[in-house]
Amino acid sequence: MAHFPKPAAGSWTENWPELGTAPVNYEDSIDPEHFKLEQQAIFKKTWLNVGRAERLPKKGSYFTREMPSVGPGTSVIIVKDKQDVVRAFYNMCRHRGNKLVWNDYPGEEVSGTCRQFTCKYHAWRYSLEGDLTFVQQEGEFFDLDKSQYGLVPVRCEVWEGFIFINFDNDAAPLTEYLGDFAKGLEGYPFHEMTEHYSYRSEINANWKLFIDAFVEFYHAPILHMKQAEKEEAEKLAKFGFEALAYDIKGIHSMVSSWGGMSPPKDLSMVKPIERILHSGLFGPWDRPDIKGILPDELPPAINPSRQPTWGTDSFEFFPNFTLLFWAPGWYLTYHYWPTAVDKHIFEADLYFVPPKNTRQRLSQELAAVTFKEYAFQDANTLEATQTQIGTRVVTDFPLCDQEILLRHLHKTAWDFVNAYKNNGNGSANGKAQEKTSEKDSLNV
Amino acid sequence: MSKLPEEFADLERFTDWCLPTEEQRYQKRLNSTMAEMQDLYDAGMARLEDIMVYVDARFPLQGMPEDAKALVHLGQSIVMVSFPVEVWKQPRVLDSGASYIQLIKEPVV
Repeated sequence: MAHFPKPAAGSWTENWPELGTAPVNYEDSIDPEHFKLEQQAIFKKTWLNVGRAERLPKKGSYFTREMPSVGPGTSVIIVKDKQDVVRAFYNMCRHRGNKLVWNDYPGEEVSGTCRQFTCKYHAWRYSLEGDLTFVQQEGEFFDLDKSQYGLVPVRCEVWEGFIFINFDNDAAPLTEYLGDFAKGLEGYPFHEMTEHYSYRSEINANWKLFIDAFVEFYHAPILHMKQAEKEEAEKLAKFGFEALAYDIKGIHSMVSSWGGMSPPKDLSMVKPIERILHSGLFGPWDRPDIKGILPDELPPAINPSRQPTWGTDSFEFFPNFTLLFWAPGWYLTYHYWPTAVDKHIFEADLYFVPPKNTRQRLSQELAAVTFKEYAFQDANTLEATQTQIGTRVVTDFPLCDQEILLRHLHKTAWDFVNAYKNNGNGSANGKAQEKTSEKDSLNV
Repeated sequence: MSKLPEEFADLERFTDWCLPTEEQRYQKRLNSTMAEMQDLYDAGMARLEDIMVYVDARFPLQGMPEDAKALVHLGQSIVMVSFPVEVWKQPRVLDSGASYIQLIKEPVV
């Protein structure tokens, strides 16, 4: 019997009939050819978040991003130009293709501030706007028109301080792509939350498997059982998990969940360190002193069912950007960057309001340390799953109503791939032109 | 010479845990025995509230003297060992043989 009301259709899943209720096939997570299609159909076509605008504090601030998910070697420079416009360029000199911005190791990401970009090789120089401004011994070249040799731009747009790029020049604008969920999140005080912890892990599993793990909390009372006090853990396991609400808007989705641990109803529910530091998985119990985080101040997309027991909302922006809000007033992001069918780089970033004193600092420390302990447990299961589904002993897996967003993720990824396969001249959003050569090279 | 403020002389024997970065604290955790971490936990938990009261009464988060900073770093190590002691009963996260998550950017006190 449900503790929280489900849609009139009888279940969350049946509320979106196109998802079906049958077991789900996981060939999309083990077939190397399918992964190549995903790269072309998804990662070269969609808006990809590459970080926060706070990384570019002034004119000339830049950072580079390696984008192996888009294709081997793909590297991008993100820069704030002289007019404070955030731009993105392929990280490649137009002279003979040397990587333009890097230090020591060409494969490593770098950041800094500069007035212009100068190639290490022959000192060709580019303005922050990407124009070629200087050619060494220019007179030695033949009819070189510098205006034709600027850096190759990559689509770059910013939403609420989140910088996105898109390798498809014909893609719809970012806000249109992000849709109603993003609209409903606008106004959240992201800009106040600049105390930043960043984590990275190389995971031996398909990128979708980690999203699978984070878009359902059915696993939480079991996998994370040991992290709660014994009596509380038993209660949680018996109760199981039910979300407050799920929602799907096109290719994006969200899950809204309760959470009574910030602060807990009863101190005996939590561990001794949490009692002293007033903090835990859900973050510091004492809310920071800023506007925009109290229940009645939150933008409409957060806690959509307006439940007083609300604890956390997780928004899944297709393909690989998770934005997760915690009731006590902080947020985190996840990114999943595939490098092979069975490998991806996982990034997690925690953002708090800067602490005013040591008490607040240690309270955040416990939240950050707790996050990593949980993430470890979540990551641990992935390689174990990947190796087993890879045997194809079993190919189809039953998903329950609390795993609705897994169905949606895999279906959405398939929709992009199918659109790409079925129509060499169009992508799933109907905007993009596809080169036949790319398609042919995949032998599809 | 003592590393911590004299009010915390009882914690002086733990000063090899006064480590500024999470990576250092995490490595120290992996290379410690449960007995060592239990010892720090027992002594440290009894003084954690005192650490916060002492530092906050005297210094802002940015620009505190070295001994107070060392005290905060010790506080961060008490947080770090709380998981092996309270939850796992071993230094590593349970079943974490194959995976590793690295903290690559953090605010350092």
